[in-house]
Amino acid sequence: MTVDLEHLAGMYRQMLLIRRLEEEAARAYALGKIGGFLHLYIGQEAVAVGAVHALQPDDCVITTYRDHGLAIAKGMSARAMMAELYGKATGCSRGLGGSMHMFDVEHNMLGGYGIVGGHIPVAAGVAFASKYRGDGRVTLCFFGEGAVSIGGFHEGVSLAALWKLPIVFVCENNEYSMGTPLSRSMSVEDVSMKALGYGIDRDRFFVEDVVEVEQRIGEAVSRARSRSLPTLIEVRTYRFRGHSMSDPAKYRTQAELDEHKRRDPLHKAKDDLARDGYGEARLSALEASVEEEVADAVRFAEESPEPDASLLESTTYDGPFAA
Amino acid sequence: MRTLRFREALREAMTEEMDRDPSVFLMGEEVGHYQGAYKVSEGMLERFGDKRVIDTPIAESGFAGIGVGAAMVGLRPIIEFMTWNFSAVAFDQILNNAAKVRQMSGGQLSCPIVFRGPNGSARQVGSQHSHAMEHFYATIPGLKVLAPAFPVDAKGLLKAAIRDDNPIVFLESETLYSVKGEVPDDLGPTEIGKAGIVREGADVTLVAYSRMTHVCVEAADVLAREGISAEVVDLRSLRPLDEDTLVRAARKTGRCVVVHEGWPYGGVGAEIADRIQRLAFDWLEAPVLRVASLDVPMPYNRALEETCIPQVPRVVATARRAARRGRD
Repeated sequence: MTVDLEHLAGMYRQMLLIRRLEEEAARAYALGKIGGFLHLYIGQEAVAVGAVHALQPDDCVITTYRDHGLAIAKGMSARAMMAELYGKATGCSRGLGGSMHMFDVEHNMLGGYGIVGGHIPVAAGVAFASKYRGDGRVTLCFFGEGAVSIGGFHEGVSLAALWKLPIVFVCENNEYSMGTPLSRSMSVEDVSMKALGYGIDRDRFFVEDVVEVEQRIGEAVSRARSRSLPTLIEVRTYRFRGHSMSDPAKYRTQAELDEHKRRDPLHKAKDDLARDGYGEARLSALEASVEEEVADAVRFAEESPEPDASLLESTTYDGPFAA
Repeated sequence: MRTLRFREALREAMTEEMDRDPSVFLMGEEVGHYQGAYKVSEGMLERFGDKRVIDTPIAESGFAGIGVGAAMVGLRPIIEFMTWNFSAVAFDQILNNAAKVRQMSGGQLSCPIVFRGPNGSARQVGSQHSHAMEHFYATIPGLKVLAPAFPVDAKGLLKAAIRDDNPIVFLESETLYSVKGEVPDDLGPTEIGKAGIVREGADVTLVAYSRMTHVCVEAADVLAREGISAEVVDLRSLRPLDEDTLVRAARKTGRCVVVHEGWPYGGVGAEIADRIQRLAFDWLEAPVLRVASLDVPMPYNRALEETCIPQVPRVVATARRAARRGRD
């Protein structure tokens, strides 16, 4: 497989940026600077980065509460993400959303949602609007395998299939629905099989290479764009951290975790760059620029103002408050 | 001035707004080929085609969510629930997505959507089909909740709801669909949040909305024969609530009775009573009383159902109690 090195370097840089931003977020969380829930995407970066590279800027994405990676991949600034985690007025959602609700409408990142499966019909609605208008956009809807058991998944996929909506459902199967392994949460572990009952195309693969993610999801994106057909894709991935910051992940073994870390797609991307002659100096410069961007984002978040209570009413209603 | 049935007024509102704005569409169970479970959308499929009048499978959560997603990116969906009872399985979409997306996106997104359909009891449809859902929805910031009683308001408020940039819960009543009323030919949108005084009175104020407004007007006739003059306030909008009209009417008589379907624990009636006691306390001559459905699931049996739903005699008796307090 020949890959444009600049292209791969761009994807590696995004993956690294997401990884490093989240590592810093975890540190800030431990210091009490970030509150609430913090669900890290560490280990899964190749999914969002590869998938978004298969899209046009006008295409829409929507996901669950594990949303930082997708937001950054879609073009949200590191500053807007970190400031949102700090609850600051300069955050992407002005400090009102937090970790679970990253929105960046300018980049067509239509949000992270906190109710498992609830955003899947909403994503189908975004795709419905594209078909209604004939605007040629594709919607990518991300969710974990934990969402596959709830009604929202089935109603969303069923209607998207019935109405042939231009959407790709990306199930990020990270093997654990919070602390419950696949074997105890699903009668059929192959999530992509759900597509059969709805009569839509399916795909399934293990995420080891970000380039492969781009290509495999790209096939479904073209199917959505050119023929307005939905696809269900199960990508097998793995989160290196617990479900959220309060989860020490005692339900899995260190050996299992180590095995997955050995196959970290982030490292593979770096190794491929080195092997194919991207050059040590350029790699170091790329990594240094990521460190700079992360440090800048943290500094920006630290220094930004808190949101004012005057925001509350105007963000609840469009127009006069309705009490 | 023409006379229209309530369902025709709703249909005119939707038809005119769909003619005016191509981003408006109607979606729900049986709205198209079947012509609407209650014939509200009769003829609309033929007029607008199946791109804009869309039959759905029985999947309230799914199509409510599709409406929310479409609204977030700029369409103006009208989502019909065959009855509001079925919205219970779509509650998450309304509570967590429609009502929240503006705030949790820091104001980046709006959700201009109308959810509409018949609410409250019908006739002997039992415990699962007789809910007054306004009590669940009116408590949610981010939503507006409308409940007209007359065809003219049904049309004007639905037009306003479709043009509004916020998510709207629009409550109709199966028992009102055939009610007739005068509707001007060129009626535009009616301002949301304004109550109406449907009957002037001096001795006691009856506050109601939707179907119960009609019950209160009948009760006022009975009370008039007893020499009690009742004012009837038709709220039309439950959120926002027209405090000015409410308080003016409360101060006028000093005696208020709130009449609504649905259980007495909490809810819209309690909210209205709270506002009246806070804002008109010095004018009150009696505690604010409420006539609500009885505090039990709705029974099927005809006589028992009648007992549970607020009826004219119970409203009259309660109004009499309020009017006479301190005077007997």
